[in-house]
Parts: sequence; C-alpha cells; structure tokens
Amino acid sequence: MNRFASARARQTITAVGLPLACLALALYSLCAGSTLGIGQAFDALRGTAPHNIYVMVTQWRLPRVATALLLGAGLGASGAIFQSLMRNPLGSPDIMGFNTGAHSAVLIAIVLFGGGPTAIVGAALAGVILSAVVVYLLAWHNGIQPFRLIIIGIAIRALLVSLNTWLVVGASLESALTAGLWSAGSLNGMTWAKIVPVTLPITIALILALALSRRMRLLEMGDDAACALGVPVETSRLLLILTGVILTAAATAAAGPISFIALVAPQISRRLASSQTLALPLAALTGALLLLAADVAAQRLFIPYQLPVGVVTVCIGGIYLIGLLLRESRKK
Amino acid sequence: MRHSVGLLLMCLVLLLMMAMSLFIGAKAIPAVRVWQALSGGCGSADCVIVLDARLPRTLSGLLAGLALGLSGALMQTLTRNPLADPGILGVNAGAGFAVVIGITFFGAAAIDSYLWFAFAGALAAALLVALIGALGGGRLNPVRLTLAGVALGAVLDGMASGISLLHPLVYDQLRFWQAGSLDIRSLAAVKVVIWPIVLGTALTLWLTGALNALSMGSELASALGTRVGLTQLAGLTAITLLCGSATALVGPIAFIGLMMPHIARWITGPDQRWIMPWTLVLTPVLLLGSDMIGRVIVPGELRVSVITALVGAPVLIALVRRHPTLGRL
Repeated sequence: MNRFASARARQTITAVGLPLACLALALYSLCAGSTLGIGQAFDALRGTAPHNIYVMVTQWRLPRVATALLLGAGLGASGAIFQSLMRNPLGSPDIMGFNTGAHSAVLIAIVLFGGGPTAIVGAALAGVILSAVVVYLLAWHNGIQPFRLIIIGIAIRALLVSLNTWLVVGASLESALTAGLWSAGSLNGMTWAKIVPVTLPITIALILALALSRRMRLLEMGDDAACALGVPVETSRLLLILTGVILTAAATAAAGPISFIALVAPQISRRLASSQTLALPLAALTGALLLLAADVAAQRLFIPYQLPVGVVTVCIGGIYLIGLLLRESRKK
Repeated sequence: MRHSVGLLLMCLVLLLMMAMSLFIGAKAIPAVRVWQALSGGCGSADCVIVLDARLPRTLSGLLAGLALGLSGALMQTLTRNPLADPGILGVNAGAGFAVVIGITFFGAAAIDSYLWFAFAGALAAALLVALIGALGGGRLNPVRLTLAGVALGAVLDGMASGISLLHPLVYDQLRFWQAGSLDIRSLAAVKVVIWPIVLGTALTLWLTGALNALSMGSELASALGTRVGLTQLAGLTAITLLCGSATALVGPIAFIGLMMPHIARWITGPDQRWIMPWTLVLTPVLLLGSDMIGRVIVPGELRVSVITALVGAPVLIALVRRHPTLGRL
C-alpha cells in the first residue's frame, strides 16, 4: 500500500514538475543572452516593451524556444510510440532508418543538385516519408509483425547509410560539411516563417497519439490479447506508425535529424515515473524539456562557438540516461 | 551431420574467396607470378602489389570479418536483443572519438597512428559500458547493458562530431576513416591485431556451451549449473578484443556484425555451437566478396562498407520476408 502510494506521488510530482521545468527553462531562455529582466521579457510578450527588446524577444528568441518545445515533444512522443510498437528499447525512428532516409535525400539535394534551404526542407520531408513507406511495404506480409518491421528498418537504414557514406566520401569538403552540419540538427536562425508550417501537423499528430495511447498500451500485451480485448490490431498499428512518422518527418524537415531524443526520452520518463496511463504525454514532456535544455546549452556553453543542438542533445541525454542507470543499479 | 558438411563447404568457399582476393585485382597479374611473390622469390612491381597491397588486404578482410561476425553474435546473445550489433557496446563510438582526439590534439595523420588510438578508445568504451551494465550485483542486466552502450556511444559520437564540425580539416580526415576500408598497405597493422583476434575467437568458441544455457535466461542457466557471471565477463572480454581489433584495423563497419549471426541462425537453428562457427566462416566470405566487387567493378571508388550493405541488406530483407516465424533469439 505504502509503495503504491509513493509511486502515485512520484507520478504526480513528475507530471506537474516536467511542465513547470519546461516553463522555467523557456523563461530563462527568453531572458538569457544579452540579458533581460523577467519583467522586461513579460512586457515584450505583452507588446509594451521598447521596439528593440520586443523584436529580440518575440521575433528571435521566442520562435526558437517554441520550436525546441514543439519538436522535442513530437520526437519524444514518436519514440514512445515506436518503442511500444516494437516492444524494444532500440525501436526508435532513428534506428529504423527514417532519419537516415532524410539524410540521404538531403545529401542528394546538396551534393548532386547543389540545393538551397528550401530544397533541403522538401528533400528531408520526402526522405522520411519515402523510407517509411518502403519499410512498411517490405515488412507487410499478411500483416505487420514488429520484429520483421524493425529488422527490415535496420536493413534499409544500412543501405541508406552506405549510400550516404558513398556520397560523403565523394563530395567536396564544402558540400560534405554543409550536409554534416545539417545532419547534426540545428535550431540556429529559427523564424516564425519556418515553424508555422510544421506546427499544424505536429499538433494534430500529438492529439492523435494521445487518442491512440490506450490502444497502444493494449497492443503491448501482444496481438492476440489486444485482439481479444476488441482492438483492431492492424488498423491501430498502421495509425500509430503513421502518427510516429508524421512527427518524425515534421521535426526532421524543420530542424534536421535531431537524433537520440526519440530513443532516450521514453526511457528517461519511464525511470522518472513508471506510469502506464501517462507514458506517452510524459515522454513528450521529457522530450520537450530535453531539447530545450540542449538548445540552451548549445547556445551558452561554448561561446563563441554555436554548436548544432543535435550534438548537445546526444551528450545531455546520454549522460543523464547513464546517471539514471547507475542510480537504478545501486538501488538493487 | 548436415551442418558439418555445409560448414566444410563454406570453409572451402572462404579459401576460394581468399585465393581470388589474392589473384584478382585492378592490375592483371599472372597466377604464376602471384604464386612466386607469395613463396618469396622476386622483386618486380607485381610482387610489391601482391605482397604490400593484396596480401594485407586479404588477411585483414579475413580477420576483420570473423571478428565482426563473432562479436555480433556474442553481443546478441549477451544482451538477449536480436537488434544488438557490436557497435551497441560503444566500441565503434569509442574508437571514433579516440581517432578524432588523435587527429585534433596529437596530429595523427596516417592509418598506423589511427590504429592505436582506435584500439585504446574501443577498449576504454567497452570497459566503461560493461562496468555500468554490471554495477550492482555483479551480473549483467541485458537491458541495462544495451541502454548503457547506446547512451555512452551516443555521448562519444556527439562529442566527436562536435569537435570535428568545428574543425573542418579534422572532419575531412574523419569522413574517410568512418567510411571504413580494407585498403591496408602493410602487414604491420595486421600483425598488431592478430593475437587479440585469435584470443577472442578461442574464448568465444570455448563459451558456446555456456551461451546455449544463457540464452534460456540467467536464472535457468544458473540452475543448470552455468556460471553466469563468469560467462558474461568472458563474453564481454571477447567482444572487446574482437570488435576493438576489427574497428581499429578497418574502421567502423557495423552492419555485417548484426546481419551475419541472423543468417547463421537461420541456417543452423538456435544451437550456439553451430551458430558461432558458421558466423565465423560466413562473415569473412561476405566481407572479402564485397571488397572484391568494389575493387573490380569500380576500382578505388566503392568502399567495402558500401558494398556489404548493398549486398547484405537485400539478402536480409528477403530472408525475413520468406521466414516469417524465424528470426528470434
């Protein structure tokens, strides 16, 4: 009884604490840099601040913070969906080759056609969706079986990685470096014009994911059990995959393949609070917090260098997960 | 019985592959001349090609192939995750990170100097991951080991790409190292890794019986009298030796380590005493075959890692589609 109560308390603390932490970090991110007071930031948000501060806060800093939160939530949720579908902690969209598909398409656009920013966004979107469709079609054999889906995902990823290797080795250093920077994922120079197009798909997909999260939990018990409980197995799986792919595609198109959040956010949130019902929203919140924290660190820690956020995400997320694993093992 | 005849046949195929790798190349050299060069009695340009280009290449294909295959099979059994590849232990990332450090801060510029950095990095990363996975209780928890490897690998990868993106010249060298290559121009590099690989292979083959028990779960295995902790420790040591040496020698070529154990398992069934020898023979066949395709069709253009994926991935996809019920640990 006592243990149950403490688990409930932890769940509540996590569910309340994560959004608060996001909010606090977002405020810090708006104020830090050429430093502003919190009051000034609020004035700017209300539109009563001097023009230069208003522009700095609402046109430069706010879009970046909003993107970090939105994309982080999207990636965290898509990771939770895929890991649940595959019943394997390695079943994240990065491992399944969707990001790599985007990377290949962007490399082709940059190296072979010398494409600019717009072409890169289009290529990334096309790359994710195409590779997802190919993986799904190849894995379809009287239905989708998770193990087959993921092995085929890994095989396709290996093919795409080899294509990328070939393109990178053959390219000029300049093109290779452009593609390398893109592939690390970056939120530098985010503007409202870049975010607005991805906001709608991500929001819709997040709502869809929430609506599907009960079915997702039932599917984890195995196809037969889920079927017996009245879940349409293949349809639900297709819908869930679709949702996850939309989230990954939109995030990748907006900021490049920010890897690792999809893999690590569900694992971290599960260790913070082992909640069955809230697994998906908690993973999304963890993803949002992680990406925002990584972005703040990427901007502040290595001045004058501005590192791509993906590089920092990987470090912060990885070190934190290792810390959690160490604590877990000491408890036992 | 069927398996042993098949295995013998595959050994012959491997020998054939090695011979072809010596006799076939971008420059046509008569077979007699190749034989003369190998038996050590001539000094012409052809002999130099055979001894300094084809021989190290063939040997490193053989050694790296069997090391990557075996370490992949071990990794999948120890983590009890069919998706694990040798890279999951953080070995590739550790080697890559150490190479970046070597290039950036110590001015390493040639394969020989990469070798030591890569080896040291691989060993250190594997050791760290094993420590994290084993802390508390002495026994490895498969899920924790997997996650620790992925996490540490990601951190090291991130730091390596952070450093290299800030230094374009380092990035320039790194992109070639990361592509992996069998183009090794001296026997010295091969000599460095041969003993660790032999030791790791012997250790792996010695472990196969215990691994069979372990694949039923650690509780059942210890009930059957297997010393679980010892087996896991020896397995991790073998993976570190094998994968560290292979990565140091040819760069990070990960996919075959994931794929070949699956193919071996599809051929032989779940008995580790057959899976390991089959993996040991099959992986170098694929690696040497791919290398030859890359060498002969587009000389100097296509890296072996590119061809292994081009050849291997469709095979894997076809196998998964044809055997819907197979393919579990």
